[in-house]
Amino acid sequence: MTDIDKETAVENSPQATLAHASQWRLMWYNFRQHRLAVFGGIIILILYIVALFAEFIAPFDPHSSTSKNVYHPPQLIKFIDHDEDGGWSFRPHVQQMELNRDRVTLEGNYTPVSGRKVYLRLFGKGDPYKLWGKFEMSRHLIAPANPGERFYLLGADRLGRDMLSRTITGTRVSMSIGLVGVTLSLVIGIFLGGISGYYRGAIDTVVQRTIEIMIALPTIPLWLALSAAMPKDWDTVTRYFAITIILSLVGWTELARVVRGRFLSLRAEDYVTAARLDGGSQSRIIFRHILPSMTSHIIAAVTLAIPAMIMAETALSFLGLGLLPPAVSWGVLLLEVQNIRSIAAGPWLFLPGGMVLITVLAFNFLGDGLRDAADPYASKGH
Amino acid sequence: MNDLSAENANNIVLEIKNLVTEFPTRDGTFRAVDDVSFSLKAGKTLCVVGESGSGKSVTARSILQILDSPGRIVSGQILLHSLRGIASDADGPTDLARLKPRSNIIRSIRGREIAMIFQEPMSSLSPVHRIGNQIAEVLRLHEGMSKKQAWAQSVNLLDQVGISDPAAAADRFSFEFSGGMRQRAMIAMALACNPSVLIADEPTTALDVTTQAEVLDLIKSIQAERDMAVLFITHDIGVVAQIADEVVVMRQGKVLEQGDVFGMFENPGHPYTRELISGARDLDQPAAQRLAARASRDIGELILTATDVRKEFTISKSLFGLRPDKIAVGLKDASLELYAGENLGIVGESGSGKTTLARCLQRVYDLSSGTIRYSDRNGESVDLGSLPSSQLRPYWRDIRTVFQDPFGSLNPRMTVAEIVGEPMLVSGELSGRDLQMRVEELLELVGLPASAAQRYPHAFSGGQRQRVAIARAIGPRPRIIIADEPTSALDLSLRAKTLDLLLSLQEQMDLSFVFVTHDIAVVRYFCDRVAVMYKGGIVEVGDSETICSDPQHPYTQSLLSAVPRPDPLQRGNTRVRYSESVD
Amino acid sequence: MQAPPGDFVTALSASLTARGEQVDLVQLESIRERFGLDQPFLVQYWKWISGVLVGDFGVSFEWRQPVGELIGERMALSLILALATVLFTWAVALPIGVYSAVKKYTIGDYLITTIGFIGLATPNFLLALVLMYVGVVHFGSDVTGLFSPEFRNAPWSFARFKDLLAHLWIPVVILGTSSSASIIRIMRANLLDELPKPYVTTARAKGLSEFKLLMTYPVRVALSPFISTIGWMFPQIISGSVIVSIVLSLPTAGPMLLTSLKAQDMYLAGSFVLLLSILSVLGMLVSDVLLALVDPRVRRR
Repeated sequence: MTDIDKETAVENSPQATLAHASQWRLMWYNFRQHRLAVFGGIIILILYIVALFAEFIAPFDPHSSTSKNVYHPPQLIKFIDHDEDGGWSFRPHVQQMELNRDRVTLEGNYTPVSGRKVYLRLFGKGDPYKLWGKFEMSRHLIAPANPGERFYLLGADRLGRDMLSRTITGTRVSMSIGLVGVTLSLVIGIFLGGISGYYRGAIDTVVQRTIEIMIALPTIPLWLALSAAMPKDWDTVTRYFAITIILSLVGWTELARVVRGRFLSLRAEDYVTAARLDGGSQSRIIFRHILPSMTSHIIAAVTLAIPAMIMAETALSFLGLGLLPPAVSWGVLLLEVQNIRSIAAGPWLFLPGGMVLITVLAFNFLGDGLRDAADPYASKGH
Repeated sequence: MNDLSAENANNIVLEIKNLVTEFPTRDGTFRAVDDVSFSLKAGKTLCVVGESGSGKSVTARSILQILDSPGRIVSGQILLHSLRGIASDADGPTDLARLKPRSNIIRSIRGREIAMIFQEPMSSLSPVHRIGNQIAEVLRLHEGMSKKQAWAQSVNLLDQVGISDPAAAADRFSFEFSGGMRQRAMIAMALACNPSVLIADEPTTALDVTTQAEVLDLIKSIQAERDMAVLFITHDIGVVAQIADEVVVMRQGKVLEQGDVFGMFENPGHPYTRELISGARDLDQPAAQRLAARASRDIGELILTATDVRKEFTISKSLFGLRPDKIAVGLKDASLELYAGENLGIVGESGSGKTTLARCLQRVYDLSSGTIRYSDRNGESVDLGSLPSSQLRPYWRDIRTVFQDPFGSLNPRMTVAEIVGEPMLVSGELSGRDLQMRVEELLELVGLPASAAQRYPHAFSGGQRQRVAIARAIGPRPRIIIADEPTSALDLSLRAKTLDLLLSLQEQMDLSFVFVTHDIAVVRYFCDRVAVMYKGGIVEVGDSETICSDPQHPYTQSLLSAVPRPDPLQRGNTRVRYSESVD
Repeated sequence: MQAPPGDFVTALSASLTARGEQVDLVQLESIRERFGLDQPFLVQYWKWISGVLVGDFGVSFEWRQPVGELIGERMALSLILALATVLFTWAVALPIGVYSAVKKYTIGDYLITTIGFIGLATPNFLLALVLMYVGVVHFGSDVTGLFSPEFRNAPWSFARFKDLLAHLWIPVVILGTSSSASIIRIMRANLLDELPKPYVTTARAKGLSEFKLLMTYPVRVALSPFISTIGWMFPQIISGSVIVSIVLSLPTAGPMLLTSLKAQDMYLAGSFVLLLSILSVLGMLVSDVLLALVDPRVRRR
């Protein structure tokens, strides 16, 4: 039979491994083709590692301020140290700078102090901290060789706080708020989208109308109003969770739509009918036959939903209705650039905004790649 | 044939010489059309026949230079002999292959000198423009008519292609037309400038068989009227036999054989042509295997009886019950009997309710009214229609299904072993090593190697997938299999093989089949009895040979007379038309 | 809308204390009584919402003025800003989207896609801040506000309108960037879906020129989803305009909404949120109507 001939031909071809490949492996093959998505994924991985070990990676305590270094400009790391005799050695350092005030205008101006260098070392001792609030440590990834000295790779703010340390510390809140917020949205979305798609009828109609109305509402005014309802005296942790709840209360609709849409289209698939006729119970049909086909789509949708959460937190904090100082998030840091004067004095204060941009871009690339890879069977078949 | 066309019988209009068309891809150049030559004569029909991927469609598109990117003509000539307004004899023929795809000359030929109609009448018309405007556009472009003139002429053309109330039809949109009307509108558009060549690229493939017959008749009559040359692309050897004057057989971009239609059906030169013709003819008679089996064993007891089964679908639910729900009747009081060991066909066109009936028989759909009595192995009778759905499971093991689409019916995320083993696993009948052995046994029964078990469906072709689906169906040792068009997604060559497999399984396992199909030939081959459905009701039930040779109901007569027989000598059978104003 | 914990009076007393002023409890209590803040929340809300239904939005605590008078012009300017942004977005996104789809995988397409990605990833307010910075530091000009100082409080006149247009483009460009970016992507994807469809081949086989057939058929069909984007674009633009207006201190709804929220000026804030929501729901309805006008498949079924 020619049918079987084809079969044995497949057996000996390099495609034989593909024949045994599960959906995750097929998706991985597809995803790998998507270079930008892989790149975005790596960036996000790095950001989460930074968020996890923020205290260690930040060179200084993000709250330690010094009036000497108000609006200190960024310094460049130099790796080769030339000494006065003309010899050189490998010693990473930065040029120390000093604030001089113009006597007449009182304008500050930083000038290099000749011959003074701040040497840096890996894993040096610096400001003490508690990693994850538990382990007392004082080693930092990079620290000044002479404790007490300071350096500003990305400049300082109006209180002389190190922007690099603050941005790194902000990574933790900003990156995690997206994750926690999306998780909450997903729970709401799967619950409502799932029952809407499964039971249909009146429940579906109610959920659908709710989603439509929610989508038609402008999110920022709602978020603002809800955030304004939070008492100002709540502590940082409470505010953090309140904000994630506020974000997800408004942001669940898109995920619910994805879940419901997939559910409905999968319900109509012949293989789901076949599973029913095979005698499978409700739960077996859902968990064995429908859910595995949905997870990849949900993961992609979640990845694309995270950046919106991050941007929303940034906007809320920027307006003073989200997290409040002394908490540190990218949005809180951007509070510093709300007025023209500070922007002019320290354009490097935009840095957290740059981080938001990079993060959102990376998530979008990753999400696009995941979405394209989510259905490895779409282009095959006929 | 009238006198005019007889006079011009050898008048060559379009000549294709050594045409080569290629698609450069990343993995090298794909030669879709390889050294193809043929010529079209005025008033004659040339059929290009071949399976998908044979290059027949690309050949047609090369003529008008409307190839999909990145396709391009590499060499050869496409000579157009008649070019209105240009003294063709003085300048010689125009070589279309030399023209640039965007040049003014080729554009003035498209739609004017050479017109084309396509396979998908739905998607070939713009969904957002009125039919009249789409036709008028051609007239305004090539004939320079005013908006008003062109509209009037469009209405006139719609009238010529047999659309009733053409003035109203011109004002409508394509989605408001039926499939046959859309294809008529396409033909009207193609005829607008009275072209000398009509290229028809599988124009009836997406249509029901009765509609197909009407469209073919229309093309024939218009061709005779206007002395047009027709290039007809098809994969259906029956259609070829009915309409062709000359035939070109293509495979893998090459012409295998060409010649007169009568000669070729009488005495096919190439083995592939022989295979095509015999493949179609084999199916057009009762399977020897089935006849032999029936001779040795009689049909048994009544096992499934459907009585007055009615199924209504809610199209739109009214909010808060303010007005009655919109209801469509999918099935009107259908009654049917199935005996043990027989093959019962349910035949009908799209929308006739045949699939709905099949799903009701198994209680996949809940019935609106009626009963479905099934008598089980112990002879006890139960009404599946009124059973609570929680008690259906044991009966679903006795009555199994094979779906139409072998791509959609297998979960792509499960291995073949998991798919085939599922019914035995969920019933707790088998597990572990026993299950594995049973799966391998089932795969062997359907002719698949044991190594198939650990693979995923994407590793298999359509025919192999359908075998997997059959293995899943016979797993729980069922008594009845409801097969919903199990062969219509398969190539012609695989159809008979799959049907033979089902017949041999029937003998080994004592199966009865309910076989849903639109294809009369398959009914004749596979089914002992057949029920003919039309608009949700059963119009005729009986022995399949009797119905095929001596249909009683006018609809069955029209259906049978519309089926293109794969024999050019059986042309010109009087067509029976049937339409019933229902609702 | 849930009332903030505490009320306007608590917020007032807090801000008075912060300024070091004496707080007279008796006086505070009389204010509370005058505004009905001593009543349960639901009663207050009911009084307010039933007033809204007849066009009375209540009185702003902070401004001691009827809310209706305070927000009228600001809402009008918000609406003008949003509409201008929609028009800008369409004007930019349509041709670029078509270009990007027709010239797919060319340098121009890649460039557009890249810029689009960045445009999508940049929060509106950040773009506003950067523009402000560039304006101040490099051009020494102030990009904030919608009017020149001499027109700020002037009555409406043609000159004032012209002045508005001269200032409007900056927030419009800022707001339009991200929505344009997403609509270009949508337009490109839609058109790429339409281009290989058989009706395009039909049109080509009729002998139409490439440009004409492109515009008459696939672009026309791809316009339907394009039009329906206004539905979800409008809420986003309203959202974005709130925050951009705050950054650029535009005399629109945004800044006053923020201050009223911070001061717990309930009726004022509530009215803004309500009206902005109504505005964006209206945007959704308008898009549905437009879609039905443009697409016979929607109209006739």
